[in-house]
Amino acid sequence: MGPVTAPAPLEIEQPETTEDLSAVPEPDVPWITLVHNDPVNLMSYVTYVFQTYFGYSKDKATKLMLDVHHKGRAVVSSGTREEMERDVQAMHGYGLWATLQQDRK
Amino acid sequence: MPGHFEPVPGGGAAVALDDVEISIIRSLAVQLLELIGPGPGGDAEEDPLAELFAEGPSEPPTDAVLRRLFPDAYGGPAADEEGASPQDADELRAYSSEFRRFTENDLRAGKREDALAVIRSLDELSPAGEGGAVLKLGHEDSIRWMRALNDLRLAIGTRLEIDDEQDADLLYRLPDEDARKPMVMAYLWLGGLQETLVDTLTP
Repeated sequence: MGPVTAPAPLEIEQPETTEDLSAVPEPDVPWITLVHNDPVNLMSYVTYVFQTYFGYSKDKATKLMLDVHHKGRAVVSSGTREEMERDVQAMHGYGLWATLQQDRK
Repeated sequence: MPGHFEPVPGGGAAVALDDVEISIIRSLAVQLLELIGPGPGGDAEEDPLAELFAEGPSEPPTDAVLRRLFPDAYGGPAADEEGASPQDADELRAYSSEFRRFTENDLRAGKREDALAVIRSLDELSPAGEGGAVLKLGHEDSIRWMRALNDLRLAIGTRLEIDDEQDADLLYRLPDEDARKPMVMAYLWLGGLQETLVDTLTP
């Protein structure tokens, strides 16, 4: 399950029938912000940034920090390209190594 | 308390620093400021509007520390592992250039402000008895100090070529005669300062 920032507004066509409520349309082009592992950044600092910038709970922020540490990177947010550029710029402001890309899954 | 920030009742953080520690932090912050450089208007009093609309650089910095502080926003290890084609690589470079043009001036300004806040608060210290002083930071300055300490550690870490966890571990076991030893001591000490400062700020 990926963390999600405020979703982009979607124009959802009202279905004629009410049968398939699970068929929520996916956004056309989801983008993601990745934070990469770095031996210099302190674990407590990375957790602090995830908590305060993204507003994540301590548990979620800690889990993402551990993913960065153990797996080399973690998806910390997803949304439109413009939103992800904003997040990447903020991460660079904190000295975290972040990139954005389209979520090819 | 030496080398450790402690929370101040009612908000903020405090640390006792001796004269040598004050001069080391100040000197490192000045070096970082010089490396980051002045804004697009330079030191001269330029038209503030021109500065506001000035575009940032489109190429990555040549200095390794600056490349670490202002990395490419597109590409990176994930794209490398997925085996980006030459066309993809060109495209990623172009996106990164565009990102730099619109963000790097602001990012540099932010890091400059943080380093300046560090220098300012050290210069405002009043001596306490036998050398040294107690530095007290409010909430905003605590955040600026935390980011600046991180930038300083990134800068020193890059100069020491700490690229992975093994490199970091090796530093703890350097012999005393190693030329890198003083820089390593500073790096570890700044890490302790940052760690304890983060603790005072963590919600």
